[in-house]
Amino acid sequence: MIDLRFDSVSKKYLIRQEEEDDPKARSLAGRLRRLWQRPREFWAVRNVSFEVHRGEALGIIGHNGAGKSTVLKLLANIVTPSQGEIMINGQLAALIEVGSGFHQELTGRENVYLSGSILGMRRNEITRKLDSIIEFSGIREFIDTPVKRYSSGMFVRLGFSIAAHLDPDILLLDEVLAVGDAAFQSKCLERVNDLRRGGKTILFISHDLGAVERLCDRVLLMQRGEVIASGSPAEVIDQYKHSAATSFTSSFQGMGAVREWPDAQTAPGDGIVRLRKVRARTEEGETAAVFDIRRPIGVEMTYEVLEPGHVLIPNYYFFNQEQQLLFYAQDLEPDSRGQSRPAGQYVSTAWIPGNFLINGSILVAANITSDISVVAHHFHVREAVAFNVVDSFDGDSTRGDYTGPIGGLIRPRLNWTTQFRETHTANECVLEGESA
Amino acid sequence: MTEVEPKVKIAGAVTRRVKFIRPNSFSVFGVVNQLRELTRYFDLIHTLSQHRIRVRYKQSALGLTWAIMQPLSLMLIYTVIFSFVAKIQTNGAPYAIFVFVGLLPWTYFSTALTSATNSLVSHINLITKVYFPREILPLTYVIAAFFDFLIATSMLAIMMIYYRVPLTSNVLYAVPIILVMTIFVMAMALILSAVQVRFRDVGVGLPLLLQIWMFATPVVYPLSTAAKLPPTLHVLYLLNPMVGVIENFRRTVLLGSSPEFVSLGISLLISLILLPAAYLYFKRAEATVADII
Repeated sequence: MIDLRFDSVSKKYLIRQEEEDDPKARSLAGRLRRLWQRPREFWAVRNVSFEVHRGEALGIIGHNGAGKSTVLKLLANIVTPSQGEIMINGQLAALIEVGSGFHQELTGRENVYLSGSILGMRRNEITRKLDSIIEFSGIREFIDTPVKRYSSGMFVRLGFSIAAHLDPDILLLDEVLAVGDAAFQSKCLERVNDLRRGGKTILFISHDLGAVERLCDRVLLMQRGEVIASGSPAEVIDQYKHSAATSFTSSFQGMGAVREWPDAQTAPGDGIVRLRKVRARTEEGETAAVFDIRRPIGVEMTYEVLEPGHVLIPNYYFFNQEQQLLFYAQDLEPDSRGQSRPAGQYVSTAWIPGNFLINGSILVAANITSDISVVAHHFHVREAVAFNVVDSFDGDSTRGDYTGPIGGLIRPRLNWTTQFRETHTANECVLEGESA
Repeated sequence: MTEVEPKVKIAGAVTRRVKFIRPNSFSVFGVVNQLRELTRYFDLIHTLSQHRIRVRYKQSALGLTWAIMQPLSLMLIYTVIFSFVAKIQTNGAPYAIFVFVGLLPWTYFSTALTSATNSLVSHINLITKVYFPREILPLTYVIAAFFDFLIATSMLAIMMIYYRVPLTSNVLYAVPIILVMTIFVMAMALILSAVQVRFRDVGVGLPLLLQIWMFATPVVYPLSTAAKLPPTLHVLYLLNPMVGVIENFRRTVLLGSSPEFVSLGISLLISLILLPAAYLYFKRAEATVADII
């Protein structure tokens, strides 16, 4: 029994160039002329075919921009295909973003009705499930408060709780499990597992390879709008990790594991030093876009010193996908610290130890500054390179045997020391307490 | 475009709905299916309309009074201008109630159109995340405006008692007249909300258009005054579907006479042609709304 079928589906977007910098384009005539221009075509999904059987959990992985989300939006009927046909057998619910259709002025209870009906529930169905929805969300005491007074956590809890009560035949999941605190997350995961055991068909789209591997029976790998592999989770995830290094489009649009400036004149920098290349590398010297969380990651910059006699400090800023600064790092090695450098080409590499970062995308800003009273930037390349860190759940990364979601910005494996001293038994303690 | 085939029996007892999503193309069968799908979303239309009304009055101190305040304050202004400054012939009725009877359906029309035009653009986050037939968004704004209209009607009843306006059975014509206007405003709402997605100019220009439109409609003056227009302009004037609606609403409710069927017929004809065309246009535009919004 097939619940979902994609039959040679393609989705084309038309992109109109907005040349706001050009004063001519901003004039009325320019604006009108642009209406007649042929927009540029962009195929987000190209000739994709697959089937999902009843009760099967299919995962779709791939980098951002690979077309995963478009597949989901096509299935959810949010966008219309340009070619091909999609067959959906049964009631489908998409948990693309929880809290969709919430209105700030309305109370939690009113929003349950609003969001519930937008997601396709009937009014009497909502009334029937209202108590259970409130219970699951765990915010009963605030249910008659306008949601504008909610914390973002409460907002998300209520949103997911509504979604979790949809009871569809087919469930679309898109990173929704990455919400709330750890306890709520495991509750959500449990709910999804319940649905799965109940024979629901599930389509799961995620960057979290671990979650995909645990949840899915079969995985599709997408790249540039096409399905390039399909098979067992272990197989496809492995292929993803390996293929990714050579054809990395990165989670950050247009960024890769290596960036080069072939033309010295336009390369970032000034008359003193110019940046020529930045890349993420393995210990073996290979450029890589995906790293095992247990392996060290080298961030290497190649730069040319044009004017000798300056003290130069290569440094990096590391960000996560949410653009949060994770940490800063600069070169403090004795042979370069405080030393003025002769002209020539340099290659400096900063080594991030294994078991230090968390799984996910890492974005690197590369800089060289001079150590003078006023810190001078020779260049500051905000989005130099990006790479992905994956946790393979083999038990020897910092997460140990735990496979659930863990928060935090980094996850270093620390050295632990434990001192042990034998104490009295419980009974003796009580006696001691009495005598005291 | 979506086609939902009526429930199909699969593997014994389980009944599931099979849905096909295909590239947008026109077919009569498709339109029938879209309309059928809309009926399945009755609960959403209900909840969203209720929500519009609730939100509008939730944090305002005067609450539902606003529905009355709007036509009432306009009535005061026009009464001052047109009964004292510039005299207007009203066939004997007091000018205040004369203009209020015109402003009542006009306020419904302009409120519905203004809010519905923006309905798709103001729901970007819904449209890009959840599927439902998009015409529900402009539709619920029309329903909310209709609700305001009903509230404001109570004020009309009070004024009619105060001015001792006799009620005749002709007042029942008001129901089909308002129905004709609702068809027309629905059609306009579908067109303008869809165009607004591509060209935000619509929303910017609409207040101006409505202002001009109001003076091209016998809201603050009787239709007979428009006869003074040059013949070509007068013909054009009569093609405005709002003319038949406003004039006949006033005739039947205030003057107690039967409607003038020629002008009402023009309104009905234009509305009935426009609505299916607007619906087809809207559904065509709907397919790309999430792409370009």
